[in-house]
Amino acid sequence: MELDLSVVLPTFLDESREGLDELETILLHLEHNNVDHDKLNSIFRIAHTIKGSAGMFGLDEIVNFTHVVENFLDKLREGNTNITAELVELLLACGDHIRLLVQIAETQDPLDDLLVKNGSALISKLSILNGPDEDSNVKKDMVPLPDTDTERIDSEHAKNDNWHISLQLSIDTLRNGMEPLSMLHYLETLGEVISITTLGDAIPQNAEMDPESFYLRFEIIFKTTSDKQTIDDAFEFFKEGSHIAILPPNSKVSDYIALIDSSDDDERIGEILVHAGAITQTELNDALSTQYSLHMTSIEKPLGDILVEQRMSYQPVIDAAIVKQTQIRSDKSRDAASVRVDSAKLDLLINLVGELVIASAGTALNAQTTENTMLIESVSTLTTLVEEVRDSALCLRMIPIGATFTRFKRVVHDMSKELGKDIELIITGADTELDKTVVEKISDPLMHLVRNSIDHGIENIDTRQANGKSATGLIKLNAYHDSGCIIIEVNDDGAGLDKQRILTKAIDKGLVQEGQQLEDSDIYNLIFEPGFSTANEVTNISGRGVGMDVVKRNITELRGAIELDSKPGLGTNFRVRLPLTLAIIDGFLIGVSADTFVIPLDLVIECIELKEMNNSLDTSKDYINLRGEVLPLINLRTLLAIEGGLGKRQNIVVVKYGSNKAGIVVDELMGEFQTVIKPLGDIFHNVRAVSGFTVLGNGDVSLILDIPGLIQGAISNQPHILPITA
Amino acid sequence: MLKYEDNKNLISISIINEMNIYSAAELKTLLDKLIDDKRDMEINLDGVSEIDSAGIQLLMLIKQERNNNNLRLSLVQHSNAVLDAFEFLGLVSYFNDPVLLTNRKGDLHGA
Repeated sequence: MELDLSVVLPTFLDESREGLDELETILLHLEHNNVDHDKLNSIFRIAHTIKGSAGMFGLDEIVNFTHVVENFLDKLREGNTNITAELVELLLACGDHIRLLVQIAETQDPLDDLLVKNGSALISKLSILNGPDEDSNVKKDMVPLPDTDTERIDSEHAKNDNWHISLQLSIDTLRNGMEPLSMLHYLETLGEVISITTLGDAIPQNAEMDPESFYLRFEIIFKTTSDKQTIDDAFEFFKEGSHIAILPPNSKVSDYIALIDSSDDDERIGEILVHAGAITQTELNDALSTQYSLHMTSIEKPLGDILVEQRMSYQPVIDAAIVKQTQIRSDKSRDAASVRVDSAKLDLLINLVGELVIASAGTALNAQTTENTMLIESVSTLTTLVEEVRDSALCLRMIPIGATFTRFKRVVHDMSKELGKDIELIITGADTELDKTVVEKISDPLMHLVRNSIDHGIENIDTRQANGKSATGLIKLNAYHDSGCIIIEVNDDGAGLDKQRILTKAIDKGLVQEGQQLEDSDIYNLIFEPGFSTANEVTNISGRGVGMDVVKRNITELRGAIELDSKPGLGTNFRVRLPLTLAIIDGFLIGVSADTFVIPLDLVIECIELKEMNNSLDTSKDYINLRGEVLPLINLRTLLAIEGGLGKRQNIVVVKYGSNKAGIVVDELMGEFQTVIKPLGDIFHNVRAVSGFTVLGNGDVSLILDIPGLIQGAISNQPHILPITA
Repeated sequence: MLKYEDNKNLISISIINEMNIYSAAELKTLLDKLIDDKRDMEINLDGVSEIDSAGIQLLMLIKQERNNNNLRLSLVQHSNAVLDAFEFLGLVSYFNDPVLLTNRKGDLHGA
């Protein structure tokens, strides 16, 4: 079969990498948990699959190395070898090595010496571990493991190419008027009866022997090209009360395995075997009833074991069927879970949907002016549909944050080894979804926070124990949705921030005046200032010149915010708040004089009329009493220096971001509006009060207010920098 | 169906006609009286015109009983019907009597 393998090579590379990611995850899991046989099987299968596929592409380096790893894993899952940290470390290194080899397969670079040396070092380590870790079975295990299932079967193939039929017929066979001999003669018409062995060991003592009962057993060696079902049919009339085992020739075993491998349906194990012709339906039924009766006596036994025990099939066939079953199931769940789409296509779709949303708003507006109710009606239906399309299009870009989190496991593992700390990473909310772009961009800042926690947060084992803490430090990653935002928390149970040191440093840097009174949280937030690093010693891990200010900037660029909480001796909690999506939001349209602005609807709590509170509008007044609460006011007219008379009445839009509320004073409330966020050009980089703009249905441009920034400003009472009047 | 002669040291039995499910019960009743006989036993199968698995297992029963009691049994003068069946079922070596092998293959044990 001629096949252009280069076309499928990228798939191989992708799948290998996915496999290696999974391998890493499982290994890290094993390190902290009890040995789980399924997990060991999974990593064995990963290695097996990579080796197999690499073989198809003739990638010998990968095959050779992975082969050794696979054999090692094979022994690991058979034996009772303890999964030590050392072993996990080694296997992780092996995974990395395979990853590098896969990388080289992609770039087609020549292998460099270092890599080769690395590979053989790993191989020799594997063989060392293999030796002493095994118990008394060493000698037996010294026999080199056969390479793959196929080879094992092939070697038997040479010996025997015949069917083996074992007949233990019902004791009533003769009484029911059936003659086994004629049935055996009939068998001769299906193929060649090589030999029959008749066993009389079931014949009882003379006194008990009933000449009309049937006691003989036959073992038949049979050569035929017929399939199992045909052979089985020969015994059709003898089945009642009989035990008939038809074992295929060894060559057939590999056929069955091939058949099983090629089938795609999600079948039950028995069905897979019947389908491949490895067992017959009758045998399956028998085995199932055996399984059921065992189950009734509360013994649980896999069907495969029963089939082998009752000599209905061979272990390798069952194994192949089981592997196939597992594979189909996992493929199926993966298929159902995702479709691979080029992200560029997705971006194009989102852009188009954005245009569609604007166009539909325009249409709705025009329809309104015609006062044609029919038209307005259908446009409104259209608008609803467009909204749904928008939502589902945005959902397409939503991916769970879990993959990003999982990557940190390795970071934690490696770094804690390096620093001689014992750290466990706990992940919650991995299913929380957010925009793919956000996920990609948040990865680096999060990585920095995690590294920071490992390096500065968690103390050394000795220090921890001295302070009465458990030796194992905890880092928790958590993600959850909160009013249109996603919150990602990085939490450690380390020493907490050193307030005094931050303050001293801040004074050194001139960020704070000496003697200035600051809240704790203000002091902590100083670490987000540029050029601020509290690490006493510069380690390999932090102190690379990338400070917390970069983290903050990255997060702010995503229209997000970061805050932190720290308790001395108890730990630090970073809370990153991010918008769910960057592209389209539900907006709330407001008017001030002739201008319109958009407030993200998720942040709007309520709207109230300002008149009720205060008839004589005093623009200098910057707070009101809202049901006993102090609500800072933001007067857009003043803030943005908008000219023009006051509207008929003034309204307050109460917005909330995080734990803070503020009231925005506007003229007109224009209602909900689907907002396609367009970024402002670089020239507006320093404008704080707006975060973007959007195009209204009538073609007008409307600015999107940067609510978090405004609230922050209102609370700290600092006037914003507003070069916007121009 | 069955006849036998008593000699001093040998009981010689001849089975004639059918050895099948139809005659098995009757044959067994007849054989039951002889099966424990302490003398050497010889069964002549020359007259067996037809044998089926009921007949075969009857012969096997006798062989087994005799063996268990350390008594001798020889089958002689196998008819073609018996030989065919023995060879087909791989029983030639089981009874371990001198037979004239036909061309049939199949009895690997007898070889």
